[in-house]
Amino acid sequence: MRKEFKKLMVIGSGPIVIGQAAEFDFSGSQACKSLREEGYKTVLVNSNPATIQTDLDMADAVYIEPMTADIVAKIIEKEGVDGIMAGMGGQTALNICSELAENGTLDRLGVTLLGTQPDAIAKSEDRELFKETMEAIGEPVPLSRTCTSIEEALEAVEYIGRYPVLVRPAYTLGGTGGGIAYNEEELRDICGRGLAYSRIHQVLIEESVLGWKEYEYEVMRDHNDNCIIICNMENIDAMGIHTGESIVCAPCLTLSAKDHQRLKTASLKVIRALEIEGGCNVQFAFNPENGDYRLIEVNPRVSRSSALASKATGYPIARVSAKIAVGYNLDEIPNKVTGTTSAAFEPAIDYVVMKIPRWPFDKFRTVDRHLGTQMKSTGETMAIGRTFEEAILKGIRSLEIGVNHLDRMDASDEEIEDELIHATDRRMFAIAEALRRGWGIEKVSKLAQWDPFFITKFDNIVKMEQRLANEKMTPELMKAAKDMGFADAVIAKFTGADEMSVRKTRKEMGIVPTYKMVDTCAGEYEAQTPYFYSTYGRTTELKRDKSKKSVVIIGGGPIRIGQGIEFDYSCVHSVMALQNEGIDAVIINNNPETVSTDFDISDRLYFEPLTLEDVLNIIEAEEADGVICQYGGQTSVNLALDLEKALEGTNTKILGTKPDDMDVAEDRRRFSKLMDDLKIEQPKSGTGYSFEEAKAIAEDIGYPVLVRPSYVLGGRAMEIVYSTDELRTYVETAVKVSRNHPILIDKYLTQAVELDVDLLCDGTDVFVGGIMEHVEYAGVHSGDATMVLPPFTLTNAELEEVLEVSRKVALGLNIRGLMNLQLAVKNGKIYMIEANPRSSRTVPFISKATGIPLAKISTQIMLGKTLKDVGLGSGYKTLDHYAIKASVFPFLKLVGVDSILTPEMKSTGEVMGIDENFDIACYKALVAAGNKLPTEGGVYITVNDDDKDNILPAAKALNEMGFTIYATKGTSTFLRNNNIPATTVFKVNENMGIDGLSLMRQGKINLIINTPSLKSGAVRDGATMRRTAVELEIPSMTTVQGANIAVAAIKVARDQKLGVRGMKEFHR
Amino acid sequence: MATNYLVLEDGTVLEGEAFGFEKVNFGEVVFNTAMGGYQECLTDPTNCGQILISTYPLIGDYGITDDAYMSNNVWISGLVVKEYCKDPSPMYNGRKLDDFLKEHQIPAIAGIDTRELTIRIRKNGTLRGAIVFDKSEIDSVMTELKKVSDENLVAKVSCESAYSIDNGKNLTVGVIDCGLKNDIKDSLSARYNLKVFPYDTPAQVIMDAGVNGVVIANGPGNPAHPAIIDTVVKTVKDLSTQTAIMGLCFGSQVVALALGGKTYKLKYGHRGTSQPVRCGNRIYITTQNHGYAVDDASLEGTGLIADQININDKSVEGTRHKDLPIITCQYTPGESSDTAFVYEDFTKMMEARK
Repeated sequence: MRKEFKKLMVIGSGPIVIGQAAEFDFSGSQACKSLREEGYKTVLVNSNPATIQTDLDMADAVYIEPMTADIVAKIIEKEGVDGIMAGMGGQTALNICSELAENGTLDRLGVTLLGTQPDAIAKSEDRELFKETMEAIGEPVPLSRTCTSIEEALEAVEYIGRYPVLVRPAYTLGGTGGGIAYNEEELRDICGRGLAYSRIHQVLIEESVLGWKEYEYEVMRDHNDNCIIICNMENIDAMGIHTGESIVCAPCLTLSAKDHQRLKTASLKVIRALEIEGGCNVQFAFNPENGDYRLIEVNPRVSRSSALASKATGYPIARVSAKIAVGYNLDEIPNKVTGTTSAAFEPAIDYVVMKIPRWPFDKFRTVDRHLGTQMKSTGETMAIGRTFEEAILKGIRSLEIGVNHLDRMDASDEEIEDELIHATDRRMFAIAEALRRGWGIEKVSKLAQWDPFFITKFDNIVKMEQRLANEKMTPELMKAAKDMGFADAVIAKFTGADEMSVRKTRKEMGIVPTYKMVDTCAGEYEAQTPYFYSTYGRTTELKRDKSKKSVVIIGGGPIRIGQGIEFDYSCVHSVMALQNEGIDAVIINNNPETVSTDFDISDRLYFEPLTLEDVLNIIEAEEADGVICQYGGQTSVNLALDLEKALEGTNTKILGTKPDDMDVAEDRRRFSKLMDDLKIEQPKSGTGYSFEEAKAIAEDIGYPVLVRPSYVLGGRAMEIVYSTDELRTYVETAVKVSRNHPILIDKYLTQAVELDVDLLCDGTDVFVGGIMEHVEYAGVHSGDATMVLPPFTLTNAELEEVLEVSRKVALGLNIRGLMNLQLAVKNGKIYMIEANPRSSRTVPFISKATGIPLAKISTQIMLGKTLKDVGLGSGYKTLDHYAIKASVFPFLKLVGVDSILTPEMKSTGEVMGIDENFDIACYKALVAAGNKLPTEGGVYITVNDDDKDNILPAAKALNEMGFTIYATKGTSTFLRNNNIPATTVFKVNENMGIDGLSLMRQGKINLIINTPSLKSGAVRDGATMRRTAVELEIPSMTTVQGANIAVAAIKVARDQKLGVRGMKEFHR
Repeated sequence: MATNYLVLEDGTVLEGEAFGFEKVNFGEVVFNTAMGGYQECLTDPTNCGQILISTYPLIGDYGITDDAYMSNNVWISGLVVKEYCKDPSPMYNGRKLDDFLKEHQIPAIAGIDTRELTIRIRKNGTLRGAIVFDKSEIDSVMTELKKVSDENLVAKVSCESAYSIDNGKNLTVGVIDCGLKNDIKDSLSARYNLKVFPYDTPAQVIMDAGVNGVVIANGPGNPAHPAIIDTVVKTVKDLSTQTAIMGLCFGSQVVALALGGKTYKLKYGHRGTSQPVRCGNRIYITTQNHGYAVDDASLEGTGLIADQININDKSVEGTRHKDLPIITCQYTPGESSDTAFVYEDFTKMMEARK
């Protein structure tokens, strides 16, 4: 029965962070749609501009505001909200709702909390209550004790009786601050951190179930107490590795029907005991020796696992949860996949689903790669196959880590053994390698603590490699290899052929992929939803209505640093634009967390890897009319040239900017020539194919220089080097330089202003959607930089020239669609840094700040419309408000990463602060990004000589606001000479009494302004301090500009006159 | 690798990898959508005479174990899978599926596009088929398939003589064994003492044994088969005014027939663990395995009222008699699907008569 509400609020999850990624954009968007479908007025709050969820038309009112309880309260009041959906925005939303319930706001404003109730949140989140609740229903949990101090933790270990023990902080996401302690020293260390991270300063010390199997159940319950199991999942990695870090398959493969019944029955008892109405995730540890189990964790809301379960089964958990929350029962909700059945059923699947996490260790080379109870992965891929081998190999191909197989590992036996025992992201590869070395299934299985069942599957893959290498190719062998998911390129490698000739042979043998449907019911009912995966079966289920055109959009793959949900946003917008023109929009992607892979977004969805082979197969099966490579980030751009070549002579066209023109932008030499022709300045640069060449170039253009490998996104391995020695270190440790892999060397412009420009071009007109000015000087990756839209320091003349340069480049590159430019401004001169002939990370941000849907218009252009047709023509969008993008970093979770901002991207997500007032916009952006801005207290200032003059205004303002200023000798003398009182403290490495670190630990420092000298030695000196700041959550500004922004924001915070404003109010 | 052929009455011949026992076997080709529980399926007497397609592509992953039998025998005529597991997980110390099928002389075929086959059956209905190992026999098998087969399958699976199980309970039920499977037997044993009779036992014999009620449980094939009408259906008709009756699965169809209702063949049956059933305002997700169903309209005037309905195809999933102590359900009731109430209600009916 539908309940009446005036207005419902959906709370999002804020910026993408490790442990909370795009899955909540997916579930929140689904929930919004689900509620609007029922005729409710909706309000959405999320600080993340990169989401589909914060699109203007996702809800009746959309607020991109900081995710704090008081801001949310203001929105509730302003909008007259009387119901809140808490379970769609992960831990962030639950925490806000708990706070609003605890402080009486909900009662005061007469707001009902829908779905997950505060009581259920407490029972599942508070370890002690959880234990009590489970014991009350007779379900076993590991022995444990809640502790609020290290002393209590030591007592708890005595009670449990042995190490290792798990340390689990309460109320944190992704297990922040948790760990496994094998001895007292480790316990003290981990506990200290865990207590600091916990919102309620509480950790749980728990009996270790390390090495047990881990199974998960996704359960749903409605008001009538109807309960269903959506899906169960088996973590292939044993207990001890966070489920977000585990390779997971669905359904459980090694669990007997009897044990499944036991765990199912337990799951139902749990969801009933917690009285959850909606979706819930239950995690079990299962002892393979004797069948004992323990309940490990319950998530009383939609989660990463539920997003995976939704994509794995086709059952839309968030959509159904939202309907249950407003009073519907399962049987009253139709199953949109079949169209004929209801949501009251348990999905039956007839394939193997594999989830593999995507870790950021390619970016963070200094981070400890070991996997444990702390999440480190930023995203995940999902693959579907009809065999286990097919699913895992497709999953590996989807990772976008430059491998398309269980590649060989160049490591000693000792290293392999260590890898098997102490897992890192490389363990899968180590398993295959160990099997190749003949270690045998039993030994490998024991070392890795994987069920031999799974090791055997890996062994099958290794055996197939041998068959391919040793046998003559026959149709039987080809079919067997494809059944196991071997890529053509891999078959080519083992048979000594090349990929395209394998492809040709294979097709001549009549071995082509078939497309099977994900239908929730294993074929028992006819399905309406065209959600496909490939496999080498007998018949295909793809039925294409040839009267409609079909355009394939290549998606962005797993969320990783440098490629976040921004690209998914653009893909989804492109889908909408295509559909608007009556064209079938086809998505290929493999990211289970995203909106683009929701079953009702595109006309046809293919859950597939994004390699040339997989994409080409789909294009051929679809007989697609067009392919769009501009929206999936570098993943899709990299395919453009090869696709064009492979599609030559077919009816499929690459839409938008021609791949060859894209190549001009990507190829340094061709691009430099174009810039010369267009008379646009570029920092001096060169391409080095060896260290000697690189050295010569660097010396020629003069240090400092910016170095990086060619063709990368997110600035992987990009560094500023100041000397030949540093260049040598870079070449030796960071990248391999060779004929095929040159490095690019650019003059580094010091103290230049950097701009990001996103524009649309139809070949005649150029429309600049937005110019964003970086707050930090050029040299900080644009993905990390704080950005202001529109520019806040440029002169009119500079602005005019930026527009002119943009126009020339767009026309010069024959752009059809979107392009992103990165420019630098120094001494009134404009320099071209790079041009990206595709949709960029900033497209959703600009679209939201300006109200112009750039990705949609870009798609219209690709289909042949002009900018004039869509009412824009040439021009530039001016604004009467400021939108500020601030980034969110994973430093807290990834020990070993310096928090200093460099050309290498480190952030996982972003937020937007938007307001007419610049200072307020700054404040909102910084607070939304999680900075705990102080309104009083102490500031620690230490700046390099170049910055000393520039820091004066900020220091002066802080002093006037009553902050105590601490500074190292040089800075403090300088400040005092300029009439700003400052207390001198010793440098950390001076080892003399009171230094910055001890002041920080004593809580006397609430803000840090630390601009290190640009030489890398100096950078390292400040690292300890920055690390401490990260751990103590002291906001730390590493540039003068950042400091100015922080000061502006602090002024606002002290004022406390803050309003909230819906996005539609900005675009009236 | 030896080859087997799946030959269907519509003329289709599918080639696949041979496993199990080398022999020709005929059966009704049906699909089951359960994702686990293969051993239970193979040994469930309800599946007698069927060539079973498993829609889940990997079968045999955790082996064959002592605690997962539904009876002492394998009843299917053949097994069709995408892939069978040659090296099962050792967690349960189970045996290999291939060895198990060989021992029970059941032929099987792997490497089949089982999804394609399932969809064909969904569209066209179940059909007869055979697993053949010798290519030269395909033609003769095809001819054989065209002939109508109407075996009394219940006779094959019912016990040969009556037996009792004393569970130390207050109530004793008579069970007419049409192919009684272990999970139902266990659920009954948890509540009652059992007196189990062959399917063709007359009503008087059962009543004379001193029972508080009678249960007709699962079984294979058509409940309206002449041999069933003459035996079980007649017995239940005779018993209906004398004692409390519970009909489960096949038994629910028998009860409907006994009281004057009709049954019909479903196009492709309900076989799996996810059949949603409405009862009042509750929905139960139930495990089912049947190819025939009770015709709702035919219950008019029988006194039986369909109080449980499949929410997908609206077929009858359970009935109660308006006056007599009779309860039926088409699925296997139990704790894990919240449907133990069927047993509890039956207990109350018997206690009320005591």
